[in-house]
Amino acid sequence: MTHSTGSNRLLTQDLTLGYGDRQVVHEVSVAIPDGKVTVVVGPNACGKSTLLKGLARLVRPQGGVVLLDGEAIHRRPTKEVAKVLGLLPQNPIAPEGVVVADLVGRGRHPHQGVFTRWTAEDRAAVEEAMALTDTFDLADRAVDELSGGQRQRVWVAMALAQGTDLLLLDEPTTYLDVAHQVEMLDLLVELNARRGTTIVMVLHDLNLSARYADHLVALHAGRIVAEGTPAEVVTEDVVRTVFGLDNRVIEDPVSHTPLVVPVGRHVPLAPLQENR
Amino acid sequence: MPVTTTLPDEPEVRPDLRTATRRPRRRRRLVIGGLVVALVAAFAIRVLLGDYTFTVPDFFRILFGEQLPVSTFILMESKLPRAVLAVLVGLALGSAGSLFQMLLRNPLASPDIVGVSLGASAAGIFALLTLGLRDGAVSAFAVVGAVAVSAVVRWVAGTTGGYRLVLTGVGVAAAMVSVVQYLLARSSTWDVQLALRWLVGSLNNVPWSTVGLLAVSLAVLLPTLAVMSRSLEVLELGDEAAAGLGVGRHRTDALLLVGVLLTAVAVAAAGPVAFVAFMSGPIARALMGGRHSLLAGALVGAVLVLLADHVAAYLVPDVVLPVGIVTGAVGGPFLLWLLARGAATGRTG
Repeated sequence: MTHSTGSNRLLTQDLTLGYGDRQVVHEVSVAIPDGKVTVVVGPNACGKSTLLKGLARLVRPQGGVVLLDGEAIHRRPTKEVAKVLGLLPQNPIAPEGVVVADLVGRGRHPHQGVFTRWTAEDRAAVEEAMALTDTFDLADRAVDELSGGQRQRVWVAMALAQGTDLLLLDEPTTYLDVAHQVEMLDLLVELNARRGTTIVMVLHDLNLSARYADHLVALHAGRIVAEGTPAEVVTEDVVRTVFGLDNRVIEDPVSHTPLVVPVGRHVPLAPLQENR
Repeated sequence: MPVTTTLPDEPEVRPDLRTATRRPRRRRRLVIGGLVVALVAAFAIRVLLGDYTFTVPDFFRILFGEQLPVSTFILMESKLPRAVLAVLVGLALGSAGSLFQMLLRNPLASPDIVGVSLGASAAGIFALLTLGLRDGAVSAFAVVGAVAVSAVVRWVAGTTGGYRLVLTGVGVAAAMVSVVQYLLARSSTWDVQLALRWLVGSLNNVPWSTVGLLAVSLAVLLPTLAVMSRSLEVLELGDEAAAGLGVGRHRTDALLLVGVLLTAVAVAAAGPVAFVAFMSGPIARALMGGRHSLLAGALVGAVLVLLADHVAAYLVPDVVLPVGIVTGAVGGPFLLWLLARGAATGRTG
């Protein structure tokens, strides 16, 4: 297993997660490289979402520990953690009748006290988040009336307004068409480049993951099968092991990262070539 | 909608964020202001009108100590405590109902439907009839009953606000009704007014001491709720998003507990006034353009109880109905309307 050089503010040691009797993640040790984009991939129900929730202290470990800045994340006050680590869940609820500027402002919650209301710092953070996500035009629109792509940008704006050094996202491209998927990932990678935000996300699409990740973690049945750069992780063997899919890996003609081409059962490969 | 993939380096024009939220803020001010006016009007109707009317100058003369034959007694011992109690019960049930519906993300999950009110009622009447307790002790039992029922419902239904919770609650509520009926049937002091009060809720013949006790309880609970309600704007984004923003499961539980206590002290004073907690939230939301507001819900609750009690007192000549019969009669069709609207628009909350 490869380990990135450099520091890791967020890491797990022998982390075991589950719900009741059902264990989903088994003794996973993973170190999230600071200032990089880490993507967790794997088939449905492999525990990737659960691992992300574990990293974000949403699921209490049944074994092992999640360390944030060297301290067990579950023992730190949750509001203090929220100043350092943000999370965008897969299906946040857009409350009826709430406008975009209001929603993005709610990202400032961890920085506000019971009686201290809106400070200049809060305002600056919200404005910056909306500028980065290009959501100023939507500021007075009701969130529940936006399109899927617009809404997702607004959620990211809210997470950015939180102003955390680490940002965890659970499938930020679900329900988006391919153009909006690329737009969303471009946005996140640019944020990473511009602000040095450490990004950890779960993605479904292996090829987009290979293109946008600095660091890939491949999960299968709750265990890490491979970890490293996309070139190290996305190989025909690993994809076959993790997804149980016969495949070829070629070079992505645009980004020169690995590109997985599924084989499947219904490809008339051999007959076509024989006839020539 | 064209897709922008580049980030603007220098956002040239930065629209004022306050402008963006001006419309919702204005609407909120208008709705709250309108509800306060409605509350004052409903209070005036309840106190000044009816079989025995008062002029405004007379009202204030009596209030400041002048003794007028008959009038003073009717106002100070009957109409005024009753109207004040109506306001307090309405505020408590309206805010508790809105809070439950918001936290559990289900308009059916109000304390009167999921059994909390009737749990308080069953424990309260047990204290009153079986143990022979009064006032504060009855309230304490109501609180214990409400908390116990909430704990049972939560234990059976889990932590989500889905239909499992509603169905469990409806079942527990039915069981609590039978407990109340059993205790009434066994009691030697059985009377209709008492039975109606603990089954459907009533403001009839409530002494100032009861009103005072409720006022003191609310003086503690409502400010507590106001302080804690800051996290509601985050909790309504879902449990996971809230946790990411530093608001954990404990905060939801603590808020629900405040809602349970609000319900319990109101029930201890006036019984489980039917459907007030259930109706206030959706009415407030309709006024607010879909937004949740505990303050609006509380005010709607107070207006509802005042008006319903006025109707209950004068609908049938010479019979003062318990307020719960009127709120119940309105609440039934309201429930049907809410379900029909939900089916038509696909909205659940």
